[in-house]
Amino acid sequence: MSESARKDTPEQAEFRQYCQNWLANNHPGEPPVRLSLSPLEIMTNDQLGYLQAWQKAAYDAGLVGCDYPEAVGGGGREDCQRVANEEMLRAKTPYLPNVIGLGMAAPTVFFHGQEALKERLLPRLFSGEDIWCQGFSEPGAGSDLASVQTFAEKKGDKWVINGHKVWTSLAHFAEWMIILLRTDKSHKYEGLSYFVVPIKSALGKGVTVRPLIKITGETGFNEVIFENLEIDDSHRLDQLGKGWQVAMTTLAHERGAGQMVTPRSGGLKSKATHASNSTNLIELARNTPRGDKTAADDPLVRDAMMKSVIREWGLAQNQRRSRVPALQDHPMRLPLQNKLLASEISQDIASLALDIEGPASSLYLGDPNAPDGGQWPMAYMNSYGMTIAAGTSEVQRNILGERVLNMPKSK
Amino acid sequence: MTQPNDYGFGEEAALLKEQARKFFADTLPVDALHALVADDPTPDRQPSGAWLEESWQAMVDLGWTMLSVPEAAGGLGLPVAAVAGLVEEQGKAAFPSPLLSTLCAGYVLGAAQAQAALDEIVAGTIATLAITNAQGSWQAGDSDVTYADGKLNGTASYVQDARRAQRFLVSANTGGGIGLFWIAADTAGVTVEADAIIDLTRDQGRLVLQDVAATPVTDNGLAALNQAMPAVWTLLAADMVGAGEWQLQTTVDYVTQRQQFDKPLGFFQAVKHPLVDVMLQIDEAKSLVYNAACAIDAEPEKAAQFAHMAKASASGMAGYASGRSVQCHGGIGFTWECYVHLYFKRQKHSQMLFGDGSWHRARLADILVGAAA
Repeated sequence: MSESARKDTPEQAEFRQYCQNWLANNHPGEPPVRLSLSPLEIMTNDQLGYLQAWQKAAYDAGLVGCDYPEAVGGGGREDCQRVANEEMLRAKTPYLPNVIGLGMAAPTVFFHGQEALKERLLPRLFSGEDIWCQGFSEPGAGSDLASVQTFAEKKGDKWVINGHKVWTSLAHFAEWMIILLRTDKSHKYEGLSYFVVPIKSALGKGVTVRPLIKITGETGFNEVIFENLEIDDSHRLDQLGKGWQVAMTTLAHERGAGQMVTPRSGGLKSKATHASNSTNLIELARNTPRGDKTAADDPLVRDAMMKSVIREWGLAQNQRRSRVPALQDHPMRLPLQNKLLASEISQDIASLALDIEGPASSLYLGDPNAPDGGQWPMAYMNSYGMTIAAGTSEVQRNILGERVLNMPKSK
Repeated sequence: MTQPNDYGFGEEAALLKEQARKFFADTLPVDALHALVADDPTPDRQPSGAWLEESWQAMVDLGWTMLSVPEAAGGLGLPVAAVAGLVEEQGKAAFPSPLLSTLCAGYVLGAAQAQAALDEIVAGTIATLAITNAQGSWQAGDSDVTYADGKLNGTASYVQDARRAQRFLVSANTGGGIGLFWIAADTAGVTVEADAIIDLTRDQGRLVLQDVAATPVTDNGLAALNQAMPAVWTLLAADMVGAGEWQLQTTVDYVTQRQQFDKPLGFFQAVKHPLVDVMLQIDEAKSLVYNAACAIDAEPEKAAQFAHMAKASASGMAGYASGRSVQCHGGIGFTWECYVHLYFKRQKHSQMLFGDGSWHRARLADILVGAAA
């Protein structure tokens, strides 16, 4: 019995048993196509179709959205999503494709939306039939999020939206977007309001989605242009001018510090899926010849690899220690380090892999001689998405310095 | 075996840590520490090794000095994670004391099942390890001391608390392997030569042995050392984590108060971000310390692996935190009167002691990658 199972309430224990039984018979099996490393990089309809079918099945079985009330399509259970997540991870099921919907849109709509809106939108969000995306960043509003300029103008009982959102993952599949809009140009923070807007049904009618191509050559995120998109006032979340506060609900859930537990599944590794971790790194070094030895015999390589191993294990132990109150100095000190460390560690591991590969690191996916199929240079390039997105490493260091160490604010 | 989620750091451990924090803060606050150990700044000073000798009996009475003695041998049976908490607080106070040396000797004696010597530890005897050669090798068994015809001859180097210790646990080549010997400081033929060390909060010296009559407490010293060294590395790393936290908080306080260009220094990201990095490194080392401490009790087959990680991480952190603590204090941080140098020197000492970062990473690679061809 797992450590967490020992602490189950009777409801959780019964639900855990149910999840185990269901998963034993309903694992979707090997994907018919190569999956991207994360749901944010889903590129094709084949990938999405397989994953949507899985999310729908898991939702219909009650494993997704179980802590939300039944009236909004949830399972009406108490603290059971955590249990379902543990069992889905254990069963090595595929990830859930509607990741922004489940992790950010659902709690935001739930806590700030009108009842009718929740009842209309949340069931299809949980089932994965409607994919969601997030419209926060703009060309002129990155780390300084509150400077967004995309404007909503009140015309009668409608809002008319004009502007430009960027780095919008999944917008090319999305039915809906959560969006931070300016409704008053005279106040930076109080001039922001929060809405949900249609994407797919409004394409060509005020909404344009254009793919942005990453430095890897992959697509996956987009820019979204709004030209006189008209929406009803019922799409507004919370009061006019409260957009910044609503956005904090979204960001808290994005950072894993929100009230609702995000439904999570994962662990299924399709054959070509490749992660920048030290296990794969050591394997690469062992397989890289250096004269009649290998890179794994080189003392400098060994030293650098062990630095990565230690940082990786240190992060895992931070996560463990963050659940031991007696060994913490400040409640947010460890949780706020997570994203910064995870992204920088995987970047450094990928960088070291290129050092180990040497000139072979110049070979990309199309070259039959590329070590590990060219995945390491791709991972290295992609790692900059991680150290930039969702608060750059620089912003993360400001947050840690100001909120945890109480140093003066740098803005 | 698997580790408990809370590292075995329960209520008793939390109480011990809090008790230790209060004891060190009350007994020797940093201004009193500076007055005690930093009275002579001259670079070619004779080593003073000053400490509060009366604090030893207080720690004996609290039961701290015997915390490394196994329960079956008369000890208290607290988990190593609890001991790490105590030592972390000692490091935070940069407290000069042979506590860590005595705890370390206790772990080796416990592994050697040397009951008579353990009884002396329980009774409050000050002890230390004398297991390092003149090269400063941290490989267990690299000793310049030989044992022949019932006599020890040779010198052990880099012996911590050399002038404070009443007993030395000496490793020596016996011809057939490595023996461990429990030697009283006042035995005929034993001389201690103090090192003129930079670290003002510690005592270190060379133990010179000339025809010292002795019998081994164990002939298989290597096995005992290999079993106990993870605890030594982990506890020293815990001391470094505590000292690092003092360096961080003191420096953060300074950059929050000190104004330049009409702003507190900490407003500037060139100052703020490195201090955040110090915090990241402290937390990594701290998490790895408690993981290693827990492994010693609950997952002994991985204790060496995890302790190498903890000491390697703490060594890197100690170097970085020390550098930033002086640099971010600016001119005042470069002066003898600012307390920062006490911790800077203790940390630089600890960084190399019982293996620096690259030594521990090399050992870790041998475990995880296999020996290099």
